[in-house]
Amino acid sequence: MELWLTILEQGLIFGIMTLGVYITYKILDFPDLTVDGSFPLGAAVAASLLQSGINPFIATILSFGAGALAGGVTGILHTKLKITNLLSSILVMIGLYSINLRVMGKANIPLFQEKTIFTNDLMPIYIIAFITIFMKICLDLFLKTKLGFLLKATGDNPKLITSLGIDIGTIKIMALMLANGLVALSGAIMAQHQRFADVGMGTGVIVMGLAAIILGETVLKNIPFIYATTMAIIGSILYKASTAFALKLGFPATDLKLITAIIVVIALALRYKDIKLPWRFKELLGGGSSATNTESI
Amino acid sequence: MLQIQNLYKTFQRNTINEKTIFSNFKVDINKGDFITVIGSNGAGKSTLLNLISGAIQADEGNIILNKKDLIQLPEHKRSKIISRVFQDPSFGTSPSMTILENLSMAVNKGKKFNLSMGVYKENIPRFKEVLSQLSLGLENMIDTKVGMLSGGQRQALSLVMATISNPDLLLLDEHTAALDPKTSERIVELTEKIVLDKNITTLMVTHNLHQAINQGNRLLMLHQGEIILDIKGEEKKSLTIEKLLSYFDKIQDNQFISDRLLFS
Ligand SMILES: Nc1ncnc2c1ncn2[C@@H]1O[C@H](COP(=O)(O)OP(=O)(O)OP(=O)(O)O)[C@@H](O)[C@H]1O
Ligand SMILES: [Mg+2]
Repeated sequence: MELWLTILEQGLIFGIMTLGVYITYKILDFPDLTVDGSFPLGAAVAASLLQSGINPFIATILSFGAGALAGGVTGILHTKLKITNLLSSILVMIGLYSINLRVMGKANIPLFQEKTIFTNDLMPIYIIAFITIFMKICLDLFLKTKLGFLLKATGDNPKLITSLGIDIGTIKIMALMLANGLVALSGAIMAQHQRFADVGMGTGVIVMGLAAIILGETVLKNIPFIYATTMAIIGSILYKASTAFALKLGFPATDLKLITAIIVVIALALRYKDIKLPWRFKELLGGGSSATNTESI
Repeated sequence: MLQIQNLYKTFQRNTINEKTIFSNFKVDINKGDFITVIGSNGAGKSTLLNLISGAIQADEGNIILNKKDLIQLPEHKRSKIISRVFQDPSFGTSPSMTILENLSMAVNKGKKFNLSMGVYKENIPRFKEVLSQLSLGLENMIDTKVGMLSGGQRQALSLVMATISNPDLLLLDEHTAALDPKTSERIVELTEKIVLDKNITTLMVTHNLHQAINQGNRLLMLHQGEIILDIKGEEKKSLTIEKLLSYFDKIQDNQFISDRLLFS
C-alpha cells in the first residue's frame, strides 16, 4: 500500500512534467532537451526560495516562471538566432546546469525544516492530485482556445500559421515557455515531496517524459474519446510503476536510466512498425498521432 | 490595386550559381482582376508569387497593394491580406484538426488569436453553407479530421480557407496540378465561382492552357522573368488555343533568331 501510494504520488508529479514534454514533443514536434535543465531549475528556485522563508505556494508558482524563462531562451535561440531546435535546447540545458548551481549556491539543498506545500494536514497525494489535475484541465481548455488551435497547427503544418498572418516564432516561443514552466513546476513539487533539491535531478527527465507519453499511448490508445493529456499522466504513473517493478525484480537503482532508455527504444521500434502501414489504414484502425487525440474527451 | 515596380531578384548572388530572375520587373493589376499566368518551367512564375507573398524577399523594388508598400513586411504580416493555395494539398490545412477547427482558424485570419474559444457554434451554419457550395458533401463531415480527406477534398477546403476571410489578393500556384484531371477541372470551376462571387483579385499560375484561356479576364505569359505576353479585355475573351500556340511559336522563333545572332 505504501509503495503504491509513492508510485501514485511520484507518477502524478512527473505527470506535470510529462504534460510539458507532451506540448513540445507531440504537439510542437520540437525535441526539447531544455527540460533536463528546467526540471532541476524548478527544484532549485523553489528550494532556495523556501530556504529564505517565502510562502511555499508562491515559491512553487515562481518556479513555473523560472522554467518559462528558460523555455523562452530556447525559443529565442531557435527562432531569432536560427539555431536548430535540438541544439538550442542543448545549449540552454548545459547553461542551466551552471545557473542551477548558482541559484542553489551548492549541489543540493535539503528541505527538512522548511515549510513546503505539504506542510499541512492534507495528505500529500490530495495536494499532488489536485495540482496535476488542475494543470491538465487548464491545458485541455487552453488547447480549445484560438491560441491553442495555433499551437496544435504549428506542429502540424507551420505554413498554415504563416498564412493565417501569425509569426510562427512567437507561437514556438510561447509553447516552449508553457512546456518548460510545467516541467519546472513539476521539479519544484518533486523537490518538496522528496525534501531535497539536487543539481543532478534533471538527468534523463526528457527520456522519462517520452517513456511516459509512449507508455500511456500504447496502453490506452484504444479507449475511445480519451484526452491525450490523460494518457500522458496515466503513462507517467505507469512509468513509475514499471520502474518500481524493475527495482522489485532486484535491479539496482542505478540501472533505472538504462531500463528507461530501453523501454523507450522498444516502444519507438514498435511504433515504427506501425508507421510503415499506409497512413490511411492506420487512421482507420484508430491509431494516428497523439496530437490527433487532443480534442477528444 | 496591385503595382509591382522595379522588382529585382537575384538568387545566390556572388556565387558561380548566381541567377538573376527578375530585373526591373513591373506589372499593374486592377482590383477584381482574375489573371492566369503561364510560362515554361523556370520562367519565374512561382518566384513572382513568392516575392509578392513575402516567402522570398526581393532585392529591390516596390510591391504596392491598396496603396501600401509591402516590400519591407515579413511574410506573415502580408498574409493578413494575401491568401495562397499551393500545389501540395497538405500545405493549406492542419491534418490532425477537424474541418470545423480548420475553418474556425481560417475565418479568424487577420484578427487576434487569443484565449477565446477556438470554435464558435454560431459560425457552424455559415461554414456548412459555404461547404455545401462545393458539392463534395464536406458540410456533413465537419468533425472529420482533414488528414482523412482526399487530395481534391483538401484542396477544395484549402481554397475555402484561403478565401473565407475575404483577402485583398489571392495567389494560386498550380493549385490543381496534383489532382486528377476531373478533380482538377472541378477545383478550377470552384475557384472561378468563389473568386467572381467575392470579387477577389487573383493570380493563378497554371500549366493547363485550357484553364489559362477559359478562366479570368487577363493572361500573362512569363519567360525568363519577363512578361512576354499580356492579353486582356476583348482579346482575352476571344483567345483560342491556336492563337496562343502561335504566340508560343513566334517567341521560340525569336529566341532562335537571337540565339543565332548571338552565335554567328
Ligand atoms: N531558392 C532558389 N535558389 C536558386 N535559384 C532559384 C531558387 N528558386 C528559384 N530559382 C530559380 O529561378 C528560376 C525560376 O524558378 P520558378 O520556380 O519561379 O519557376 P516557375 O516558373 O515556377 O517554374 P515551374 O513551372 O517549373 O514551376 C529557376 O531557374 C530556378 O532555378
Ligand atoms: Mg513553379
